[in-house]
Amino acid sequence: MSLEVNGQSFETDEEGYLANLNDWRPELADAMAEADGAELGENHWEVINFLRSYYEEYQIAPAVRVLTKAIGKKLGKDKGNSKYLYELFPYGPAKQACKYAGLPKPTGCV
Amino acid sequence: MSVLHTVNKSPFERNALESCLRLAKAGSSILLFEDGVIAAMQNTKFSERIAQAMHDFSFYVMGPDVKARGLGEDKLINGIQVVDYNGFVDLATEHDAVQSWL
Amino acid sequence: MENGEGVVKRFCYINRKAPYGTIYALESLEVVLIAAAFDQDISLVFVDDGVYQLTKGQDTESIGMKNFSKTYTALGDYDIKKVYVEKESLEERGLTADDLQALKYEDEDDDWAEKDSLFLVGRSELTEIINEQDVILSF
Repeated sequence: MSLEVNGQSFETDEEGYLANLNDWRPELADAMAEADGAELGENHWEVINFLRSYYEEYQIAPAVRVLTKAIGKKLGKDKGNSKYLYELFPYGPAKQACKYAGLPKPTGCV
Repeated sequence: MSVLHTVNKSPFERNALESCLRLAKAGSSILLFEDGVIAAMQNTKFSERIAQAMHDFSFYVMGPDVKARGLGEDKLINGIQVVDYNGFVDLATEHDAVQSWL
Repeated sequence: MENGEGVVKRFCYINRKAPYGTIYALESLEVVLIAAAFDQDISLVFVDDGVYQLTKGQDTESIGMKNFSKTYTALGDYDIKKVYVEKESLEERGLTADDLQALKYEDEDDDWAEKDSLFLVGRSELTEIINEQDVILSF
């Protein structure tokens, strides 16, 4: 499978996750969100950027429980809860946000 | 007839290096790579054995495998030469035969 | 042992292989990360060549593999607070605690204070730790 953005083609797996981490750029996140019928705002980007820096540091996409706790610590308790994160990413914060961030599916996510 | 012996298993886990040292002819070369690089490190249970064997063999170690395991080229047994993948190819072509101790 | 939601068992993962040469180290790490979601009492043990998994300064760029040593430092986020390294295994390999990465967790109940999660233990102490486990998984 592949994702077409601005005339360029990017390889993805069958669930739409980018095949090559290095292909990622912000436009791809916007395009993926658009395909899901969503539009990314500042709050989405906070989470996406957090995930990218978490991956850079630890080489894994965090499990949703870990993500929630870490977001709470970094961005405040009002954001570090499942309700807030599920409102932003209704398909599941770890799954959907990781996809937009160009990361592999979180380990342990089926 | 010159032979390059390659060992890719840790001496702590397998006896591949031990067999190699026992059966290789003096004057041969031995390349340690993958988990085999563990045998090239100073101060292990095997360092003395390798230092002894250096009288009979030329030892080489795969630098990229040392770096990957965080072992540090400064902690290699003195006299073991570090090679990269091109060096591996050169060694293979310079010798008449390659024996892999799997 | 009960935590109010279900039975908590003591799970122990024993790691005995060097990283990269075989797939065991990475497989173990992935299983641990998945299992961490189930709120069990987890201990990791590094013994024999397994101690090489925790060395600091790993650089895998030139072997073209993912440097998963960084992931061990995320274990604290997964509430894994007990990582045991056998002293004798380090000594046989000419390694010391200084050659290993620091592993920490943040204690939520103590204002997020950073605490050590890596413990050097002697062989007899390790025997006791393993003997107390409900489930032991070997890699």
